[in-house]
Amino acid sequence: MATEIPQSHQNPDPQISLYYQTRAAHHAVVTSDWLAQAQAAVGHHPEDAVSDNSSLKSAGGEESGNGYSVVNEFNNWRKQPDLAEAVAAIRALASVIRSSQATTMMELEIELKKASDSLKSWDTTSISLTAGCDLFMRYVTRTSALEYEDFNSAKSRLLERAERFGEISYKARKIIAMLSQDFIFDGCTILVHGFSRVVLEVLRTAAQNRKLFRVFCTEGRPDRTGLRLSNELAKHDVPVKLLIDSAVAYSMDEVDIVFVGADGVVESGGIINMMGTYQIALVAKSMNKPVYVAAESYKFARLYPLDQKDMVPAIRPIDFGVPLPSKVEVETSARDYTPPQYLTFLFTDLGVLSPSVVSDELIQLYL
Amino acid sequence: MDSRRVPRTVSDPKVRQVGFFAPPDRFQSGPPVPTSSSPPVSEISPSGNSLSPVMIPPPRNLSSDMSRHFPPAPISPLRGGRGAADSSIPVGSYNPSEFISPTATADFSEDAVSPGWSRKGNSAKFASSLPTGGIGMASVKQNNVPASGLATVSTRMPKAVTEKGGATGEVQMEQQPGDSKTSKEKTTKAERRALQEAQRAAKAAAKSEGSKTQAAASGVNSINANSGKVPKMTPPKKDSSSVAASEKRGGDRQPDKDRKKDVPHPRMQFDDENRVEKAKRRSVVKQTEARSRVELFRHLPQYEHGTRLPDLESRFFQLDPIHPAVYKVGVRYLAGDISGGNARCIAMLQAFQESIRDYSTPPEKSLIRDLTTKINGYVSFLIECRPLSISMGNAIRFLKTRINKLALNLSESEAKASILLDIDRFINEKIILADKVIVKHAVTKIRDGDVLLTYGSSSAVEMILLHAHELGKQFRAVIVDSRPKLEGQMLLRRLVGQGISCTYTHINAVSYVMHEVTRVLLGASSVLSNGTVYSRVGTASVAMVAHQFRVPVLICCEAYKFHERVQLDSICSNELGDPDAIARVSGRTEINYLEGWTNSENLQLLNLIYDATPSDYVSMIITDYGMIPPTSVPVIVREYQREHLWI
Repeated sequence: MATEIPQSHQNPDPQISLYYQTRAAHHAVVTSDWLAQAQAAVGHHPEDAVSDNSSLKSAGGEESGNGYSVVNEFNNWRKQPDLAEAVAAIRALASVIRSSQATTMMELEIELKKASDSLKSWDTTSISLTAGCDLFMRYVTRTSALEYEDFNSAKSRLLERAERFGEISYKARKIIAMLSQDFIFDGCTILVHGFSRVVLEVLRTAAQNRKLFRVFCTEGRPDRTGLRLSNELAKHDVPVKLLIDSAVAYSMDEVDIVFVGADGVVESGGIINMMGTYQIALVAKSMNKPVYVAAESYKFARLYPLDQKDMVPAIRPIDFGVPLPSKVEVETSARDYTPPQYLTFLFTDLGVLSPSVVSDELIQLYL
Repeated sequence: MDSRRVPRTVSDPKVRQVGFFAPPDRFQSGPPVPTSSSPPVSEISPSGNSLSPVMIPPPRNLSSDMSRHFPPAPISPLRGGRGAADSSIPVGSYNPSEFISPTATADFSEDAVSPGWSRKGNSAKFASSLPTGGIGMASVKQNNVPASGLATVSTRMPKAVTEKGGATGEVQMEQQPGDSKTSKEKTTKAERRALQEAQRAAKAAAKSEGSKTQAAASGVNSINANSGKVPKMTPPKKDSSSVAASEKRGGDRQPDKDRKKDVPHPRMQFDDENRVEKAKRRSVVKQTEARSRVELFRHLPQYEHGTRLPDLESRFFQLDPIHPAVYKVGVRYLAGDISGGNARCIAMLQAFQESIRDYSTPPEKSLIRDLTTKINGYVSFLIECRPLSISMGNAIRFLKTRINKLALNLSESEAKASILLDIDRFINEKIILADKVIVKHAVTKIRDGDVLLTYGSSSAVEMILLHAHELGKQFRAVIVDSRPKLEGQMLLRRLVGQGISCTYTHINAVSYVMHEVTRVLLGASSVLSNGTVYSRVGTASVAMVAHQFRVPVLICCEAYKFHERVQLDSICSNELGDPDAIARVSGRTEINYLEGWTNSENLQLLNLIYDATPSDYVSMIITDYGMIPPTSVPVIVREYQREHLWI
């Protein structure tokens, strides 16, 4: 699959995990006004993208055109800052179905599989991308009645399911925000780490519901995404206090709940998230503060890390601002694994789950 | 408690009464002397049967012995009142009032034997009354019965008697409320006999299975025993199936027959002597119970190890109901040749395949039912050789379900072919292919430079290590072993033969070695629904130490070994091995400090085979369904059955 990806779509900077490049790109430029505009613009996007791609597709031929167009399309989708990566992938795969020239079910499934593989190999470090693709494949190919229909109606049924999946995933954030409102009470202090769009949605909804709370926000080095989050929150008149990452334990006494997002939710019920989450969870657990995770269900992955090093490494180089001697090594991993015993609840579009239920869901989905 | 404490000093140390006792104050069949040399078998009264089901008729031989050893009191054997019994007790150094007091219901007409009696018992009688060899006992009882009016009753009684075994607390408790109810018991012997005959006939007609575990079914039980005992050896298979299927915890009062039939893993509580007696009578393998037993584990079977195998081997040609293939497997279990959950299960299924191949339906019988009965018989034979492992239990449940689901219109050869195919598929999919999937998942967790610790000898772990080595991963293995089985040595030999660098150590050193270990790989005999891992004894210790050192513990277990049962400790269900194995060290004959340990009253040796590891110490379970956390085992159990792979 890798050979089919044109050079331009390779990871331009292999030093940095693509996933984090994307996030950096998003967070550097986007403000919430832009966000609002982008959301409005989403509705118009599908047709344009599709027509472009289908023309590209028919010109490029089946095999290579497929790989090419999927990644292309994915990139188009991905550029919208408010769209999660997995949702972009799902939309891209849906477009593959739409524009597919296959005439039998098997052919279509093979095409989908190829497209999914190419997407996954494009960025191997992104857990939600992999998980989203896998889940989409399972979801879509699980229909048993497809065998009995003629191909076209089966294909349209598949497409419908694919789009429904995309819709659900897209609306997942709203569902999560709704579910978590009960856990934010008036006068509470919430600690958040880094910048998660889901958590932002949760807090924004709470502010809109006129809840009185304040937020402690960690800086989130090296991305310094915490600064962005604090900007966003300030726009909604939420009192925000910025902490440097080391000040978490110092401030934990005043904190009532900890809210984090997740890059991926693993089978044990633990989460993989930005570097520093594990530390915060450890401190919170030792001080008996609940840790809530807001994660969409397509982030559930069939991974099972046993320790911190048991994952695909995602590198994020750190600029310290001063030159370092070459002998000095720098720990550049961008994320860590938080084991399930430190998490209290996961808010997902499937409901409020305890960590052990994640495996339950995964087994039911994959068996 | 008083009644128990006092007799301790006077009772024979080899036999301990558990529970409350009161002297039998009324023997229909003879002098009501409670201080007689009656063996520790509960008294059974036929009238008790008729009037109150909780009554347990006194053993005929007790009375006969009593008549031998003590002058008969001037009480009619058939209608001794309690008062008469009390007054006429020829007291030796034993005062039955001690026993009467806590169980002081004056209406107590059924009695169990008190330890005081056993003290006075003659040794021959005593030996016969021990729950060893139910048939031998019956014959002894026959001998002891004097030719009197008792004879007619006694021919019936011994069967009931033997099953009543010793007096158990449960039985005692039953008797008391029942006794308080009935106060007349003045029917004649003939009337009682007639009543009992009628009851027996009714019971036999109604199928005697489930009532054994009924609390209040003592009288019923005797009748059951009667009807069940009559065909002593040959098709006790039919009854043994009921025995095997119906034996549950002693306190289980719900005889749901169908449910018990489907229970593949009979866990008889061996401190209930009634059931032990019954089981003895039906047993094929002659085994003597071990004498010096740890009190805490009395609910588990333990037999003298030396005599079972030669005895079984010598009876090879007499075991008609048992197919030779099944017999062979049983002998191999007994000898310890086959060990390990997978090996035992596969051997058993292949033996069943053989027997099914040679099976032919008798005329006028339904294939499904007859075959099921035969399989039940084989299963109870195998249980006698060695208690079933959970994997075997699941396999048997699968087999029985498939037999039950056979379409009725199939011809015999078609049905047999279908079953054989199902067994093959089970072995292939659930064991062989499952192992391959487990290996595939597990090697992804092994990185270069790892130090992998394993305990004992698990077939799954061995396959994983060999496969990882084939793939070229650089790792080191640490094998932890323990006495008396020293199973790790075989694993060590095989691994070293393949070129893996190994360290071998004893379980004493596991905390010393653990700091350099990166992963712990353990096998399991079964994983229970609360995530508890039921595995070779010592596994829990290794897992605990690993947890303390924050080393991840990976359990490798095929999904067919999962069970929906929950177990919180290692005591309620386990297996006891040969205690002599602990006393000896192979190759070191000069270490004989424990020689003659059986003679010491204060010393008991305990050789446990399994233990339960709590789920907190387990990081991950690798099954053929993937890698799952221990909290997801009930999900697998649920899904597994839903996939109709069993049904």
